[in-house]
Amino acid sequence: MLNPLFYIQAIVLALSQIWANKLRSILTMLGIIFGVWAVTTVVAALSGVTTMVLKEFEALGGSKMFIFPDRPDDAPRNKYPWSVIRLKPDELIALATNCPSIVAITPETNLGATIQHGERKREAVRVTGIWPDWHDIQKRATLIGRPFARVDEENARQVCLVNQDAISELGLDTDPIGQHILVRSRRFLVVGVVENRRETIFDRNVTGTEILIPFSTAVKLQDPQFFFMIIAKLKSPEVAAEAKAEARFVLRQARKLGPDEPDTFELFAADEFIAGVKRVSMVLTVGGGCVVAVSLLVGGIGIMNIMLVSVSERTREIGLRKAVGATPAAVLMQFLLEAIMLCLVGGVIGIAFGEATALALSKFPGANLQEAAVPWWAIVMSFSFCAATGVIFGMFPAIKAARLDPIEALRHE
Amino acid sequence: MIISTRQLCKVYRVGVERIHALRGIDLQIEPNEFVAIMGSSGSGKSTLMNIIGCLDRPTSGQYLLDGRDTSRIGVRDLARVRNQQIGFVFQSFELLPRMTALKNVELPLIYASGGWRARRRKAEEALERVGLGDRMHHRPNQLSGGQKQRVAIARAILNNPAILLADEPTGNLDTATTNELMEVFEQLHDEGQTILVVTHETHVAVHCRRTITLTDGLISSDISTSSKGDVGNGVRTVGRAIEGALGTPTAPTHRLKDA
Ligand SMILES: Nc1ncnc2c1ncn2[C@@H]1O[C@H](COP(=O)(O)OP(=O)(O)OP(=O)(O)O)[C@@H](O)[C@H]1O
Ligand SMILES: [Mg+2]
Repeated sequence: MLNPLFYIQAIVLALSQIWANKLRSILTMLGIIFGVWAVTTVVAALSGVTTMVLKEFEALGGSKMFIFPDRPDDAPRNKYPWSVIRLKPDELIALATNCPSIVAITPETNLGATIQHGERKREAVRVTGIWPDWHDIQKRATLIGRPFARVDEENARQVCLVNQDAISELGLDTDPIGQHILVRSRRFLVVGVVENRRETIFDRNVTGTEILIPFSTAVKLQDPQFFFMIIAKLKSPEVAAEAKAEARFVLRQARKLGPDEPDTFELFAADEFIAGVKRVSMVLTVGGGCVVAVSLLVGGIGIMNIMLVSVSERTREIGLRKAVGATPAAVLMQFLLEAIMLCLVGGVIGIAFGEATALALSKFPGANLQEAAVPWWAIVMSFSFCAATGVIFGMFPAIKAARLDPIEALRHE
Repeated sequence: MIISTRQLCKVYRVGVERIHALRGIDLQIEPNEFVAIMGSSGSGKSTLMNIIGCLDRPTSGQYLLDGRDTSRIGVRDLARVRNQQIGFVFQSFELLPRMTALKNVELPLIYASGGWRARRRKAEEALERVGLGDRMHHRPNQLSGGQKQRVAIARAILNNPAILLADEPTGNLDTATTNELMEVFEQLHDEGQTILVVTHETHVAVHCRRTITLTDGLISSDISTSSKGDVGNGVRTVGRAIEGALGTPTAPTHRLKDA
């Protein structure tokens, strides 16, 4: 057993050795520094993106489920014509009444329409048909006027909500309530103003006029084969799987699908998305880990090289240490610790650079990486990998030193 | 008996050639002896010292250190023996350049057990014994040759070794410094230290109480002188011894240079 003081002395000696050969040590550590720097930065950025995406997604749609018509994969087009697979209003009603996990539900149907207000005319404006529940689901505040009510839907009234941008684009009054606009040449009464869509990482193009009209009114404006999707609000994000099962059951029944027939619709809830994001981020992290392993390998070879140089430069010192009583194990340990310290110092510098880069990324405007930070496990992992590199690549030179014959070593020039 | 060797031989192989560096050395050294080992270059002095210092092993023959057969000591325990029972002083000092005198002296202690405090005190004591109490925090490049060698001696005597071995300790020093250094050895001898010094210089040998001369791997003479005060006599005795050994009437130093 070696004296504990020996370890302290060996570590101090190793650090002073690194300090005494600053330039050489830095050049040697370069591989390690870059490897650790790269991995901490990649991991920081990835974890930043992941937290960011998940956070936004949870804020927007964590407890939402989206329902689309969908032709089964590989199925012939004629077997599932659009008229069969498109969602139908009675399916919407069936979902609204028969799914206990769904607390609110709305269709969304988009029609590009020509809008006119006075002399102003806009082509292909986004006009969306919605149910009153839409307000609760999308959480967009009604700034002026009122949101849609049940009567608007039931009577298919020709009323509309406009967004903030519409006011200026169509030249409406700042309080446009009571004014009229023409949608496909029909007069619609403006009953309220809703806020613009909020910019998210999923939806950047949020400017431009937007008109909301009751779903039943929209149905009348479109051809009978029109498309719509359904957005449902769930009791909580945790019931995503149940909600999907319920909706699937209801839709399959409504479509009279046999047990071996595939779904002709698609259900999408946040849980899958979250799992997907996590999976992608993990794959990228593992990929990053491989890159680091390669660069640590390269760095390790540099470490081995410099340790061999160090052993041959300090042959006399090794001889002397043996002459005053160093066992082969003590000499081995000294050089091994030196290699490990070299790697760990490289690791510290790499992590410091990584932290700095993460900080810079998080401050970088528009990069959406506010959450970028080096997670603690990446630091622990980097350190362990560095130490392992030191052990693996320091072993051969250390064994060489330990095996030196004291007399030969002392005679070395 | 601290050192006892019987028919000690050392053979080096260089390619197919065999070099007989030692051809059967029988040597007995008692505690507190002060021995000079002389002989021409290549006569095997360093080889003998290395074996006595447990840095090397003989090809054949027996070496008992303090009654213990060294051939039965394993590598790890041999390191311990070097650490505890032997102090080695080299011609070229062998100080670690980046460490202070004190740290250099402490070096053997990191391979032994003991706490910080005891260590520091021991190293300071050793430096004081060689008269360097005021140079503890100097680095080797801030010390003169004589001072460096005294640091090396302090390091060698740190663990109170059974024997202090010095292979041409004054080889790199001028005459005045050599004499100063020999005073240090004298003093350690007076304090009870057993010392073996390899030297080429008769004025180093005169400080010793016994002079062994090696010729071609064999002891050719082994002469004890009465005391240190008897310098003139010592020189003559030693001179005669070397003449006898080398079989020539020329001055020993001159003869050694030729070799
Ligand atoms: N490692 C070695 N390999 C081969 N031969 C060696 C080795 N070491 C010493 N020798 C040979 O052994 C003989 C004795 O060498 P040694 O170093 O003991 O002499 P020495 O008396 O110390 O000489 P010097 O006064 O020059 O120091 C010499 O002939 C030398 O060439
Ligand atoms: Mg020699």
